[in-house]
Amino acid sequence: MCRVGALKSKKYTHPSKVLYLMLPQQKGHDNSGFAMVMQDLGGVFAPYKKLPLLSYAGNSASVEKIHNYMQNKGFTLRFEWSPQTKPQAGLDIALLEHYNFEVYDYPAGYQNAEQSAKENLLTDTRLALRALTAENGSAFVYSFWPDVLTLKEIGNPADIGVYFNLWQEDTDFCAKIITVQCRQNTNYAIVRYAAHPFFLQGYTVLANGENTFYVKNKEFQSSLHRGYIGFESDSQCFLYTLHYLQRELKWPLEYYKHVITPLPFQDLLQREDKNVLLALRQSLPHLEINGPNTIIGVLPDGRVINVNDSKKLRPIVVGSDGGTVALSSEVCGLNVVLPDRDQEKDIYPNEREMIVVDNNLEVTRWKQ
Amino acid sequence: METVTVNELTANDLPWRIEWDPCRCKLCGSCVAACTFRAIHAAVEARSYIYSPGDMPTPVEGERYAVPVIKQTATVQNHCVGCGLCEKTCPNSAIRPRRNADSRWEIFAREGGSPIKRGGRANLNASDRTFDKIVVGRISQMTDPSLDAERHTFDILAPFGRILPADKMPLSVDPDGKLKLDKPLPPVRWIYPLIFGDMSIGALSPRAWEAVCLAAACLNEKYNLPVRMCSGEGGMPLRLLKSKYLKYMILQIASGHFGWNRIVKAMPEMQEDPAGILIKIGQGAKPGDGGLLMAAKVAPHIQAIRGVPKSDLLSPPNHQGLYSIEESVQKMFLSMNAAFKFRVPVGIKTSATASSVSIYNNLLRDPYHIVGGYFIDGLYGGTGAANEVSLDHTGHPIVSKIRDCYLAAVTQGRQGQIPLWGAGGVGMTGNAAADAFKLICLGANGVSVGKILLQLMGCVGNDHGRCNSCNTGLCPTGITTQDLKLVRRLDVDKAAQNIVDYVLAFDQEMRKLMAPIGNSSLPVGRSDALVATDKAVAEQLKIPYAC
Repeated sequence: MCRVGALKSKKYTHPSKVLYLMLPQQKGHDNSGFAMVMQDLGGVFAPYKKLPLLSYAGNSASVEKIHNYMQNKGFTLRFEWSPQTKPQAGLDIALLEHYNFEVYDYPAGYQNAEQSAKENLLTDTRLALRALTAENGSAFVYSFWPDVLTLKEIGNPADIGVYFNLWQEDTDFCAKIITVQCRQNTNYAIVRYAAHPFFLQGYTVLANGENTFYVKNKEFQSSLHRGYIGFESDSQCFLYTLHYLQRELKWPLEYYKHVITPLPFQDLLQREDKNVLLALRQSLPHLEINGPNTIIGVLPDGRVINVNDSKKLRPIVVGSDGGTVALSSEVCGLNVVLPDRDQEKDIYPNEREMIVVDNNLEVTRWKQ
Repeated sequence: METVTVNELTANDLPWRIEWDPCRCKLCGSCVAACTFRAIHAAVEARSYIYSPGDMPTPVEGERYAVPVIKQTATVQNHCVGCGLCEKTCPNSAIRPRRNADSRWEIFAREGGSPIKRGGRANLNASDRTFDKIVVGRISQMTDPSLDAERHTFDILAPFGRILPADKMPLSVDPDGKLKLDKPLPPVRWIYPLIFGDMSIGALSPRAWEAVCLAAACLNEKYNLPVRMCSGEGGMPLRLLKSKYLKYMILQIASGHFGWNRIVKAMPEMQEDPAGILIKIGQGAKPGDGGLLMAAKVAPHIQAIRGVPKSDLLSPPNHQGLYSIEESVQKMFLSMNAAFKFRVPVGIKTSATASSVSIYNNLLRDPYHIVGGYFIDGLYGGTGAANEVSLDHTGHPIVSKIRDCYLAAVTQGRQGQIPLWGAGGVGMTGNAAADAFKLICLGANGVSVGKILLQLMGCVGNDHGRCNSCNTGLCPTGITTQDLKLVRRLDVDKAAQNIVDYVLAFDQEMRKLMAPIGNSSLPVGRSDALVATDKAVAEQLKIPYAC
């Protein structure tokens, strides 16, 4: 099983904190990888919040390819940063040559473009870079979006932390929202793209679970949006559905839960809003999920959410000390990073609940 | 000595031979009275014996005498169909039909230049079923848990009606942040994924039809299973049309339009809308051929319901004036949808054919959003009457056709918009739940069954040539006859109870299949739950092969 975690803080937080969140849970995850998405960035990236940040890793040839592509498309490199690595003998990590985080300015023609046009450009560019570097896994292009950074690698999370110097807290590399997961996809092939968190156009999702409606989800999603690709993990489907409902259909957030885990008919038909709920259920049965899951999501406005499968078959706990809200598969992780919180107030969401953590760190929970 | 006349029909030419044991027979005559086909009769045969009174062989002819016997009739019209009613009624187990491996039936049965007609379904290669080469092979074990069929809740419902894609639904967000529907959607009924299919009140006896109705009503009212029953072509009694139970019925209109005069006239007095309308274009048992009700079954009450005189009733192979699928859609739009003021879903049923995908594509692209379901009837669908050549040699298996249609929709991102319903051999080996579940995983929303309902009521026919005489009006079980004496053989309550029990078990069996794959709602299109034990089947259906 995966273990998942998320931190949302009022202050900028260094990634060492998510390592401390996850390591106590290492009996559950199998130490096969480390992946995190950092949003609302501070430190060295703070001056560039409005500009798109490209996160990728790969060999030298692919870096050159990417740079050429970006140059040809009119992007201007404004800032580049790579973690200061600490190579040591005996580290369990599958290294690539380069881990690059590059801030670009938009091409001249897009400087005054509508926001939606800019966002489409970013998505198309990331998809093009991914296609460009797909051969032999020469590079992995994870995200290209303002104020979002993605780092993923195969290996032991503690060793990956050592290599990227993540154990050493500093103020250069930090964010207010960090989502993290410490396991590679062990059901299928080990592919870096299969490691959650997954990111698309402002939406981040990571999950602990198994989506047994994966094939149904995938077959349906494949024709909904050009960005719904990959499907290296069945959990990507959770992201694409969230993105589709929120960004494409512009439905209020509560309907995410109604689509992925609709109420049983006998309950649904008792509701005042049964006509709408039935319409959703019959229109989007292929986005329903089944199997055991707990899903953590981050929305473009910075809210962090959690929903669970309809039988509540996977664990999750939410705790807060007032300055930081943490979501974790196991409470032992919370005890390490939030030792002073009031444990009585920890939330163990149930199968029909949605948890929403807003930007004031107020946690609301409501029943579907 | 008798003359040898090889062209004369004798019992050993027939598909079934009667075995009669004179030692056990008490000559009560029950078997002869029970045989509706007059395939056995009482006769008198001569007997004599020779005896030898002395020590040395000195044969002497004894007396000659006559004995009463039960004899098999050896004519095409009155051949034994193997129904076994004689055996059922015999108090002494003195008589039974036995399959004749050396039958010459197929050679001479076209006597008079007429094709063989019969009821039932395809008998050719009937035991070689695709369904049985598919297994639910993706079981939830370590990576995800199975569910508990007894404890967890399961949603076993399927849509009938046109479903709009999410971005085409008239939804808006109100000031409270809630979605609201600005206009009504096309009507969609969520019903049980098992429809009692398309058997008319002319093909069935009124009692049998009533038993199916009773079962449907009982399942709805007592067990809360929203099972729907399709009327078949031929209308229905006014009493039912005007009752609240109409909501459990799907009205069928076929090329003969039989019964619709009454239906239309009853509309002002209907208390409830019907569950749906099904336009029948074709039938799996006899694709390209219209409905057929032999004159023998057109009794006065059938004449009244259908509004016809006593004669063979042949529905044309096509709807009149219909020569394109577009026109069919128009026809639905103009007549059926409008007739019920767009409150009732309207679907189309065709026989499965190599062109089913084209039909489905056309339906999916219907700009009016009025096609509420595509019902595909496969090769092994049943019928009350058809030419045997159609039954055995025309049609298309249902399994790959459902899959092809589903995948055609997937390619366009339109899966689920027009529900797919499959029929034709579902439950042929007795387990309809297993067949239904596999079709659903391959993309069907639900299934329709017919033959197994008859068998539950007492039909003794099978797919190995037994009985199959639904066309004759002589049904020995009172199910497919209009002869009131025969109809009385059927115990309506028992017949209905058998169907109810079967569906309750079906529901349990569906749970027993959903639970191991960890799904609490129907796994429509979840082909990854299946494996095929035959490579060709795996390849065609695009599911994994396993051995």
